Amino acid sequence: MRASRLIALVLALAAAAGPAAAAPGGGSGKALYGQYCIACHGPNGSGVPQGRLSGGAALRQQQVQRALAPSLQGVGALAADFYLRTGYMPLQRVGIQPRRSRVLFSEPQLQALIGYVASLGKGPAIPKPQPQRGDISQGMSLFTEHCAGCHQVVAEGGVVTGALPPALEDATSTQIAEAVRIGPYVMPTFTKKSISDSQLNSIIRYVQYAKHPDDRGGWALGHIGPVPEGLVTWFLAAVALVGMCMVIGKRLSS
Amino acid sequence: MVGIPDLEAEPVIRRTVRFLDERTATAPLLRKTLRYLFPDHWSFLLGEVALYAFMVLVATGTYLTFFFVDSTKQVVYHGPYAPLRDQHMSEAYQSVVNISTTVKAGLLIRQTHHWAANIFLAAIVLHLFRVFFSGAYRKPRELTYILGVTMLMLSLLEAYMGYSLVDDLLSGMGLVIGYSVGLSLPFVGGNLMEWLFHGPYPGQASLWPRMYIAHVLIFPILIGMLLGGHLLLVAMKHHTQFKKKRSQSENAILGVPAFPGQAPRSLGLLFGTAGILFLLGGLVQINPIWLWGPYHTYSSTNGAQPDWYLGWLIGGLRLVPSFDLVIDGYTLVPNPFWGGAAFPLLVFGFLYFWPWIERRLTGDQSFHNVLERPRDNPRRTAIGLWVVSWVFLVFVAGASDRVNVMFDLSYTSQIWFYRVFIWVGPTIIAFVAYRVCKELQASEKTKHEQHKAEARARLAAIQRTEA
Repeated sequence: MRASRLIALVLALAAAAGPAAAAPGGGSGKALYGQYCIACHGPNGSGVPQGRLSGGAALRQQQVQRALAPSLQGVGALAADFYLRTGYMPLQRVGIQPRRSRVLFSEPQLQALIGYVASLGKGPAIPKPQPQRGDISQGMSLFTEHCAGCHQVVAEGGVVTGALPPALEDATSTQIAEAVRIGPYVMPTFTKKSISDSQLNSIIRYVQYAKHPDDRGGWALGHIGPVPEGLVTWFLAAVALVGMCMVIGKRLSS
Repeated sequence: MVGIPDLEAEPVIRRTVRFLDERTATAPLLRKTLRYLFPDHWSFLLGEVALYAFMVLVATGTYLTFFFVDSTKQVVYHGPYAPLRDQHMSEAYQSVVNISTTVKAGLLIRQTHHWAANIFLAAIVLHLFRVFFSGAYRKPRELTYILGVTMLMLSLLEAYMGYSLVDDLLSGMGLVIGYSVGLSLPFVGGNLMEWLFHGPYPGQASLWPRMYIAHVLIFPILIGMLLGGHLLLVAMKHHTQFKKKRSQSENAILGVPAFPGQAPRSLGLLFGTAGILFLLGGLVQINPIWLWGPYHTYSSTNGAQPDWYLGWLIGGLRLVPSFDLVIDGYTLVPNPFWGGAAFPLLVFGFLYFWPWIERRLTGDQSFHNVLERPRDNPRRTAIGLWVVSWVFLVFVAGASDRVNVMFDLSYTSQIWFYRVFIWVGPTIIAFVAYRVCKELQASEKTKHEQHKAEARARLAAIQRTEA
């Protein structure tokens, strides 16, 4: 994945300055935006398409060959809430997959920043899913159909070309609802037409169940199937059996 | 009381033999059996472990047949496991969910059956290593060896059918891969799979009864018959044995008699093996099919993997670069053939022909009852390790997606690494093994000569003092 070294530098400096330096709860949304987001998303969340970054020719040459970051006008509180509360943003460097990491902001800062991004354009509000209204069986069925191909059927995560679909063990109900509607990184976007809000409730209910599923049968080995089972076969069972052969087969005559 | 033996004072074995002999006149055979000498080395027990795992498989499998339904007829689940309630599924899958949830001891027996399959194949592989690296397959035991390799091959198919029958999400994904590999066989693939599946994938309703009868009757009987032949051949030509003394000849048989030496050992091993298998079945979850859900042709899950003993084939499929052999617009050999069919055929071809390849290399036509240690035959050890590490590295490549998830090593770079390393790695290993064997031989020779020289010196000293 190609990434702009310049941006990496800028962000590294920003990260070094750190949220700890920012007074907790201090700073308006706009100020925080200027501090952490503007380098990639541009002034007023207009986005920075390819080749429009300021700087000399040498610096521009280092820019990635695609848009640095999308416009945030019209993404609404939903997207800002998702990316900031999962720690997906700020990104370490442009071009990499956002990963769940430490949230850099305090609660008042989050609210200020989310509020600011929401004010940039007319966009969706933070969803309020109600998984208790969902149906777990329908959820499992829908999850298998729409999600398991990337996130694995018990939501343990997986691998696709160019990305690692995360395990959903830390995903909150709100975050699942947001991700389905946004489609972060390479994830497809699901509209209300393809997955209705009530179906979404079922899916969330299933994902919450899959965090601690019915583990009858003993030690669960991570719910990912044959690979850990093979490890147990060789490193536990085969070792025990060979050890038993050695004990039982100790030379009688010598 | 003259002439009437004091039965009460006779030991149990003698009484049993007498009882049988009076009715069947088999005392000579029984005597021979009880006095059969077993080689006194632990590595000869690995084959026994496989035998006992097979017995556990037959026993647990029989129990499972009482509850399994070999039908893909679609039903709606109304059982106690909430996440599946009202879902559409095949009767086969539903019956296995029931075995895992409502049937008494069902889950214990099912899990034990599955662990026993994993361990049955692991024990066969370990047994094969011992046989190969000690040269036990040499004349006059090639037939025993060939039956063993055939059993390994049949067991792979048998186990594959076993987990395919469940019709859960993983098994369905495994079945479609097997189907694609079958299709890729040049010329015959299309017709063969059409015949086996009774139509294109996912096949007709008749596929399940076919697979079921193969899994519970045809293959177990084939394996059982080969097993009988295997053991009979072992007994007829007697076991091989490791040398105990440097001067031991090819003809002396040293060892432990079947009774009272080996029988308690074997019995202990049977109970121990069954114990470990049932412990695993009760304590460690395997193939939680209620979590995978039913299979539908449109659904899939990330990270689907076969059980370990088929992992080398997934590795093969992943490593072969993407190309088809196309002649004049006709795809003669589709890509899955190379990793899924040609690769295992090559490995089994090597195993089958190795005794004759080796004979061609060495020109050795004589009988061998005494085994060689790996160091005694550096060339065999090196070639064997080359093949083992080659297959092992392909096997590891099959899990590269999981490695990507767990250790964040890019999948693509791993595949490219393996494409090179499966050739370089085994070559290094074979070379090092060859040198190590030679060094061990040399050091043994030195030690032997040292002992001889010391003995000579002592003798000379004694002679001097006497003189």
